[in-house]
Amino acid sequence: MKYGLKVWGLGIALALGAVHTAQAQIEIQWWHSMTAVNGEWVNDLAKNFNASQKDYKVTPVYKGSYDESMTGAVAAFRAGNAPHILQVFEVGTATMMASKGVVVPVGKVMTDAGYKFDPSVYVPAVAGYYTAPNGQMLSFPFNSSTTVFYFNKDAFKAAGVSTEKPPETWPEVALAAAKLKASGHKCPLTIAWQGWTQLESFSTWHNTEMATQGNGMRGLNARLVMNAPLHVRHIENLGNMAKQGLFVYKGRANTPEASFVSGECAMITTSSGFYGNVAKNAKFAFGLSTLPYYPDVIGAPQNTVIGGASLWVMSGKKSEEYKGVATFFNYLSNPTVQSESHKRTGYLPITMAAFKLTEQSGFYKQNPGTDTAVNQMIRKTTDKSRGIRLGNYVQIRTIEDEELEQVWAGKKSAKEALDSIIKHGNELLERFEKTNQGK
Amino acid sequence: MSAEKRVFYRNAWLPWVLIAPQATIIVIFFFWPAAQALIQSLQQSDAFGTSVEWVGLENFVNLWNDDTYLESFKTTAIFSIWVAVMGISLSMLLAYFADRVTRGSTFYRTLLIWPYAVAPAVAGVVWLFLFSPSIGVVSYALNQWGFQWNALLNSQHAMALVVMAAVWKQISYNFLFFLAGLQSIPKSLIEAAAIDGAGPWHRFWTIQFPLLSPTSFFLLVLNVVYAFFDTFGIIDAATKGGPGKDTAILVYKVYFDGFKALDLGGSAAQSVVLMVIVISLTVVQFRYVEKKVNY
Repeated sequence: MKYGLKVWGLGIALALGAVHTAQAQIEIQWWHSMTAVNGEWVNDLAKNFNASQKDYKVTPVYKGSYDESMTGAVAAFRAGNAPHILQVFEVGTATMMASKGVVVPVGKVMTDAGYKFDPSVYVPAVAGYYTAPNGQMLSFPFNSSTTVFYFNKDAFKAAGVSTEKPPETWPEVALAAAKLKASGHKCPLTIAWQGWTQLESFSTWHNTEMATQGNGMRGLNARLVMNAPLHVRHIENLGNMAKQGLFVYKGRANTPEASFVSGECAMITTSSGFYGNVAKNAKFAFGLSTLPYYPDVIGAPQNTVIGGASLWVMSGKKSEEYKGVATFFNYLSNPTVQSESHKRTGYLPITMAAFKLTEQSGFYKQNPGTDTAVNQMIRKTTDKSRGIRLGNYVQIRTIEDEELEQVWAGKKSAKEALDSIIKHGNELLERFEKTNQGK
Repeated sequence: MSAEKRVFYRNAWLPWVLIAPQATIIVIFFFWPAAQALIQSLQQSDAFGTSVEWVGLENFVNLWNDDTYLESFKTTAIFSIWVAVMGISLSMLLAYFADRVTRGSTFYRTLLIWPYAVAPAVAGVVWLFLFSPSIGVVSYALNQWGFQWNALLNSQHAMALVVMAAVWKQISYNFLFFLAGLQSIPKSLIEAAAIDGAGPWHRFWTIQFPLLSPTSFFLLVLNVVYAFFDTFGIIDAATKGGPGKDTAILVYKVYFDGFKALDLGGSAAQSVVLMVIVISLTVVQFRYVEKKVNY
């Protein structure tokens, strides 16, 4: 028993010691989903911030892919130990916004800690996306991306397609694909993130609504409307290209990206965040261009849709911890830090100041094509192109995948597939509205 | 008999204490989650659980009205039948041959038991790499022979892929039971039949196969349960339920809706449906199939 008491005493002393050091430096937990090159970037940001001051220590924790870290945060929140900062992808934005009491608006965190927070410094498409229908900006923009078009210059040369004037419109893409196929290329075009690039970004790029209520930006009562003649025409075109072997389906999400890097596929539409991977791993000359569009559509091209993720501050923490979060966000708001992040990752410069700084540094001139994503996004957005923010979005994306696959396989017509997306998607939207309204 | 036992356990509480550890485990890991699933299936809540609403049977009505959910029953039936039939017959064959091998039998047996140590998701990825249309070794070979393999868009190919992965993963387990079953058959029976002039095939069908029937029955139940519950890792890694929803079996949808889409009410309702199906299947198997089993 005596021995037991001694151990107890030692334990208490250790616990007190732990409390003491915790008081000396407040720890901020940051859950994220960045891997490889981007994971190193996140760790460097935390390291540099920790070195810049003594009061707070930001600890970045990789919690799996975007949906895994969100599921993890849900479980942690229910158990009462959520992180301070959570990185959430655009697909989860509506869910986070609807979960009142779970998050603290970023503006409140900043002003409570005595920092200024001005949403107008952000690129309009970025700020608009993370602003709730009541005009309050809820999360801190972090890594924003958009959809762009990559092409293999070596394959283009071999097929006699101009690399100086890459295809800009869908008819030109079809023509280039036909030439590539004639030259013996097995996979002229592939598509990553099919729902995001061919339905969502396609809609904003043509200034056409894909869902009512400004694509869900104005409220929970949005419903899908992407069976308009323009959408049907486009999916039908892609279906025909699939039949002729001009477009080859390589899977869901970003799986098709590997077939571009390996040189198997000559053209791909995917995220601007793919740039770092191609630049590092492709063994051929490649080019970057804007997402193709239909030249006869009035108002096209408008702007492509925003993707990527933002940082959410979780509720229920101590006020000095929120002060640490605010100090960290203040550090991240520095234009130099943002510009360096943009150059390093291929994510968008999220503020106008960071964009100007990058431009002045001559980065875009030295790395042609890197400004494609920026130019597609830094435009005045319209009510139809500001962004797409839907409830139960993860499931809707899956429905898009499932139905588009039926078109590529030749089992369903474009109209049938799009009608089916709307029918099943709207059931999910109705349910989301029902469980989240009146809060 | 029973009177004797009562004398043995003089304390009324002793039998309860003795079964307590097992009972605790069952309550914590089976009854408690099952009860929670039942409760959640009657609720709808937002992702973080800040507002919970009792909705009665609405989650079940939603499922009933969802034509893709009903379609998924058919997919699950096809998948489970393939997995159970292929898994049992292949492992029986392997066990039969492994039992006959005299030299290096430990080596063969170890190799055959190996896949059981592989996690389902890893099994899915291994088969996905073998059969991936762009980079898979096997799909490359198939294409060289003029067979257009494309599990990304061809439903039959996708189904074949997940069935192969699921069967491969389960074969070791079945194999162990069949091997034990074969080894417990008295050698004298087989030798007697051999002396009477029965060939290996005849001996198998008339002696070993009937004597293996308790094992086969037990494995049938277990394989069906396996196909229903334990295969979502394989589906998630290999096909994500695609193309379309053609390999989206019931348990995969439970996993997806609950853990990816955070719709806990809908997911719980599906688990309840699944639980009812598996309980009734097991009852049917024990009541009707078991009668044909020779113990």
